[in-house]
Amino acid sequence: MPEVAFWQGNEAIAYGALAAGCRFFGGYPITPSSEIAEIMAEELPKVNGRFIQMEDEIAGMAAVIGASIAGLKSLTATSGPGFSLKQENLGLAYMAEIPVVLVDVMRGGPSTGLPTKIAQQDVMQARWGTHGDHGTICYSPASVQECYDITVKAFNAAERYRQPVLILSDEVLGHMREKVVMKKLDPTQLVNRKRPNVVPEKFIPYLADPKDDLPCMASFGDGYRWHVTGLTHNDWGFPTNNPEEIEKKMKRLMRKIDRFRDDIVEYETAFTDDAEILVLAYGSVARSSLSAVNEARSRGIKAGFFRPVTLWPFPDKEVEKLARKIKTIIVPELNCGQMVLEVERAVHGRSKVVAQSLVDGELFKPDQIFKVIEEVA
Amino acid sequence: MAIRVKDYTNKQSPLSPGHRLCPGCGAPTAVHQGLMAVDSPLVVVNATGCLEVSTTVYPFSAWRVPWIHTAFENAGAGVSGVEAAYVALKKRGKISEDIKFVTFGGDGGTYDIGLQSLSGALERGHDFTYICYNNQGYMNTGAQRSSATPRGTNATTSPAGSVVPGKLQKAKDLTAIAAAHNIPYVAQTSLYNMTDVAEKVKRAVETPGPAFVNILVPCVLFWGIDPALQQDICKQAVETRFWPVYEVVNGEWKLTYKPRKRVPVEEFLKPQGRYRHLFKGEEGAKMLQQAQADIENDWVKLLQRCGETWTPEE
Repeated sequence: MPEVAFWQGNEAIAYGALAAGCRFFGGYPITPSSEIAEIMAEELPKVNGRFIQMEDEIAGMAAVIGASIAGLKSLTATSGPGFSLKQENLGLAYMAEIPVVLVDVMRGGPSTGLPTKIAQQDVMQARWGTHGDHGTICYSPASVQECYDITVKAFNAAERYRQPVLILSDEVLGHMREKVVMKKLDPTQLVNRKRPNVVPEKFIPYLADPKDDLPCMASFGDGYRWHVTGLTHNDWGFPTNNPEEIEKKMKRLMRKIDRFRDDIVEYETAFTDDAEILVLAYGSVARSSLSAVNEARSRGIKAGFFRPVTLWPFPDKEVEKLARKIKTIIVPELNCGQMVLEVERAVHGRSKVVAQSLVDGELFKPDQIFKVIEEVA
Repeated sequence: MAIRVKDYTNKQSPLSPGHRLCPGCGAPTAVHQGLMAVDSPLVVVNATGCLEVSTTVYPFSAWRVPWIHTAFENAGAGVSGVEAAYVALKKRGKISEDIKFVTFGGDGGTYDIGLQSLSGALERGHDFTYICYNNQGYMNTGAQRSSATPRGTNATTSPAGSVVPGKLQKAKDLTAIAAAHNIPYVAQTSLYNMTDVAEKVKRAVETPGPAFVNILVPCVLFWGIDPALQQDICKQAVETRFWPVYEVVNGEWKLTYKPRKRVPVEEFLKPQGRYRHLFKGEEGAKMLQQAQADIENDWVKLLQRCGETWTPEE
């Protein structure tokens, strides 16, 4: 019998993390994400986990990196200003290849912005916020149920691909209550990082298996020697200025995500078979969008719906394929036009792309999107 | 620097009525009492927090003085820039007035995320006063623990339950940390006595160079107290020596109030909802003992620093 709960999105993320095996949370309270920290503070000690409230978001990110290196699945959660503060340490996690999950419950920005209002302004920051090149895995849930399910997926992806995985939730989703069914997870559904399969003397910490470009990860205290650094390093983890070694590391960092792109990318569609107009939306906006598309269909307009579940990697091939037979793609976003750039890049001019921006702190109402569908129809 | 409250009763506060802080909140009282006796023109720098968000609800501002909101972690750095620009403009003859700079931050923005920024500003020696309105937690985001939260407090990220009796760590001694910067003026006070707050802040503002004042203020909502008890609860904090009041002038420590009678810490803790769990069961009794022991230890240290031997009567 599955257990059923009536949760906020933030609660679903916290319990999803616990179900995924998360046993450490390091973070700092910030609206509208604080409930995640509060639940972890209460629940982690009950499962022999550890919650630490850090002195700021920078420290929160650093602590989860440390905890992950020590061997625990680790989570941190924040919102806009905190996401900005975490960026440098996020880069460290990409460089040192440390699995962690970071949740950003998006609010309006820039700066302190709108702490209690919804926005989707951190989409490009999620991709490019920290300096330097790296692959990004970023999920965008659109329901409370999905908050739970995606958090499990995010931990699995972090463990499998040995890097930080981001979840971009938003203020509405974080505080909205919906029914959640907690499916029983058996151990085979949970991924754990690859452990070294050689004796400590033979261990080369960043030597990747050519089959997957992923090195095995030891934990501190296991007896395996591992030099962890944010400096560009060679297979032994030591800083290097050797052009060959530098290129090898950088190319592999990108490749370990690129080659599994099709495994990672997720999306949802509705009414796309005969659609002439496509509404592409993510997060809470996807809910208003689907409602608008249903309304259009009921009035005989051939509208379809596309929702990237992974914002990064972006489902560009899939969007491109659809664009071949679609006249117009509408991209409603709670920002001044971020993901629409990615859609334009993907469709190569095959269909017209219309940006619809809303930056007043409110969520789109379905009829606002429906109106644009009507205009382009 | 004795002041007479009577002399200032007709003076307009830089913070006007009509702001949206809770009835009984200690933050606006700290602003009113603190700035009451300051005669110079002021610029106020405010870190993110209750005081900032509730005094500037669009389209209104409750501030009658130039006021800047920085982010959460950078009020010390923000005021550094403002003060440095003022010095430069004054040198070039663009400003003739003697302007003073006062920064307000809560304990979250001061003890935790803003400590680095505050420390930098104190060390560089800018002429400004930093006032921490310390309500011992992240009250603006819903009562999470901060490093100013006392041991044994029930907070949302250090919840009291059947196993763990609230926060286990002792509060950081930020006033001593500020004093360790060897700045000309540091003080600790609470809203127990209007003249003490007014005198200390006046002295801080009028002292050239950096000054730091740590004011214990209640949060009605999350301390779980009657809004009418603002001054009483602060008085108990001082009388129980939970929050001793003192100043450090050019490195000289001085007790500014000596409680005559020994008052047990329970008198301060009991009226507060956040300590309800300490008055139940064995674990609670242990925490109360610990709280009293913490006070006695800190008191001995403080007396040593002040070169005093004062002990309240039993």
